[in-house]
Amino acid sequence: MALTREQKLELYYYMRLTRSLEERLVNLYRQTKVTGGLFRSLGQEADAVGAAYALDKSKGDILAPLIRNLGAMLVRGAEPTEVIRQYMAKGDSPTGGRELNIHFGGIERGFIGQISHLGDMVPVMAGVTLAAKMRGENRVGLVFVGDGATSTGAFHEGINFAAVQRCPLVVIVENNGYAYSTPVSRQTAAKSFVDKAIGYGVPGEQADGNDVLAVYDVTKRAVDRARRGEGVTLIELITYRRKGHAEHDNQSYVPAGEIERWAAENDPLDRFEKVLRGEKVKAAELRAIDERITAEIDVATDTADASPMPEPTDALRGVYADPPRVPPLWFRQDVHSAVDKNERAAGWGTYDA
Amino acid sequence: MPEVTYLEAIRQALFEEMERDVNVFCLGEDIGVYGGAFKVTEGLQVKFGESRVIDTPISEIAIVGAGAGAAHMGMRPVCEMQFMDFVSDAYNVLTNYVATARYRIGLGCPMVVRGPIGGYVRGGPFHSQNPEAAFFHTPGLKIVSPATASDAKGLLKAAIRDDDCVLFFEHKYLYRRIKEEMPEGDYVVPIGKARTARSGTDVSIITYAAMLWKSLEAAEIMQAEDGVSVEVIDLRTLLPLDDEAIVETVQKTNRVLIVHEDTRTGGIAGEITARINETCFEWLDAPILRVTAADVPLPYSPPLEDYVLPQTSDIVRALRRIVAY
Repeated sequence: MALTREQKLELYYYMRLTRSLEERLVNLYRQTKVTGGLFRSLGQEADAVGAAYALDKSKGDILAPLIRNLGAMLVRGAEPTEVIRQYMAKGDSPTGGRELNIHFGGIERGFIGQISHLGDMVPVMAGVTLAAKMRGENRVGLVFVGDGATSTGAFHEGINFAAVQRCPLVVIVENNGYAYSTPVSRQTAAKSFVDKAIGYGVPGEQADGNDVLAVYDVTKRAVDRARRGEGVTLIELITYRRKGHAEHDNQSYVPAGEIERWAAENDPLDRFEKVLRGEKVKAAELRAIDERITAEIDVATDTADASPMPEPTDALRGVYADPPRVPPLWFRQDVHSAVDKNERAAGWGTYDA
Repeated sequence: MPEVTYLEAIRQALFEEMERDVNVFCLGEDIGVYGGAFKVTEGLQVKFGESRVIDTPISEIAIVGAGAGAAHMGMRPVCEMQFMDFVSDAYNVLTNYVATARYRIGLGCPMVVRGPIGGYVRGGPFHSQNPEAAFFHTPGLKIVSPATASDAKGLLKAAIRDDDCVLFFEHKYLYRRIKEEMPEGDYVVPIGKARTARSGTDVSIITYAAMLWKSLEAAEIMQAEDGVSVEVIDLRTLLPLDDEAIVETVQKTNRVLIVHEDTRTGGIAGEITARINETCFEWLDAPILRVTAADVPLPYSPPLEDYVLPQTSDIVRALRRIVAY
């Protein structure tokens, strides 16, 4: 079923929202309002948004995103305010300041937060989809990994087990050229990541990750297969990471001209805008969406900025489902986080009152 | 009621919990058709079917990781490690994913990772390990290690019903060597509560798992040969430790020996010692001593294994030293 004009504009909205929200986070980072690192998905918005768009909210589909899949989380209902609160380590962020950036979610929300150990979400999502299958639910799971995560044991064990069990799981390898500084050529001797599907006995498909409609189509086919009970699909989406691993990374390892070439010739938003214009969408209509997004992000920024930091003793709660049993440390008195005074912690990060 | 072995008690718990709650299911290597390397899960697949007793590939990360994912969905997975030595393959997913998911993002992992631990069976370096200390250090996990058949049953049922991940360490030496009549009905032993296995007044042994039996043997010898009354505390749960029970026995006997089969350095005995030091130093009449395995990988040959692992005579010797202090 082809996407309607409204749906395509929605795709545009989420891609633009992803980019603009990250640009806002860069501003906040430079103002030292972001605590810790900042991870960009510049140039990869189409693969995150297009893939997540193929999931069905009404059927309870579940997404496990990675660090460059902010767009996928937005499609699944993550709010810009939540994302900014997370990055600012606020007390009313979805994780109450326990977790970083886009590491948040819940089963009922249709997306779950990743951990930093790459590949681990593949076996976890094998279990999520195994449970769905055992209960005769109609849910499908989608897990993102990067090119680097395919080298982990967790990736291998997870996709292999899911394949054996014919779990309704779509595994997307987002090939953006680099794992931190390591190029794909140092990650694998395989000609392409999609070839790995053969080894797991599952269908594999490759698509242009910067063409949002192609991403949607390839993912939708895999989601439909999973929902029909045909098990796992491995998808490789070819894209390019135009920013460093995180904001601090100067990308000194990237050959000259490579980033500029992708930016000029293969920007997913530019490409999709051309497609939309070709389908008689007026530029003014797109600019109106852009303005709406800016306004939304302005409100989200102000809301998050006004949010309180967490209460220090909150740190002791919630390790177990049982009532808290972690006693306060007897020697812990009147020690304050340095961010009360300076946004970036200097020295050891604390001072005595 | 007929007596059942420690192993049968574990199987009974699995049967009863799977009957009670359709969300309980088992996954692991060779547990279904074959019934498990030790036959703990024998008959389970016939009774509950292939979808609830899942034979997995040799993939400890996938077994534990998929357990976590299923647990998020409201299932109650019971993951078997064929030998607990192999849980180290799943160390990352257990400590970084399972143990932190609730705290970080509010996703609980109500699941059990169970399997055989321990030596005295000539299993060599990779079929004899006691890996509790590796996980004892991880907030978010619970660790249970029963020493008796009824505790094995009651604690496994509690572990399956617990809303967090419980590592359930079964001592393979005890599987078929001890028998006991099972308590009537739905027998559940609370996690986090130690048990006084033998009451005494002169010196306390704090121990768990198979070392309970050697400690009780040593206590008998001390009573018979030295007229010393030894109290034996079976911890049953290692994480969280039952601090109250530990303090209570220290205040009662004022002398403590900690016995564990795990190696010495970084073992749980060190933590128990530190806690006693912090909470009831003034109650002690003698230094706290430890009887543990020597700090070596566990060797295979009987003379070597017997030399490395704690023996009853070691416990007696240590008790005499504490009493004489």
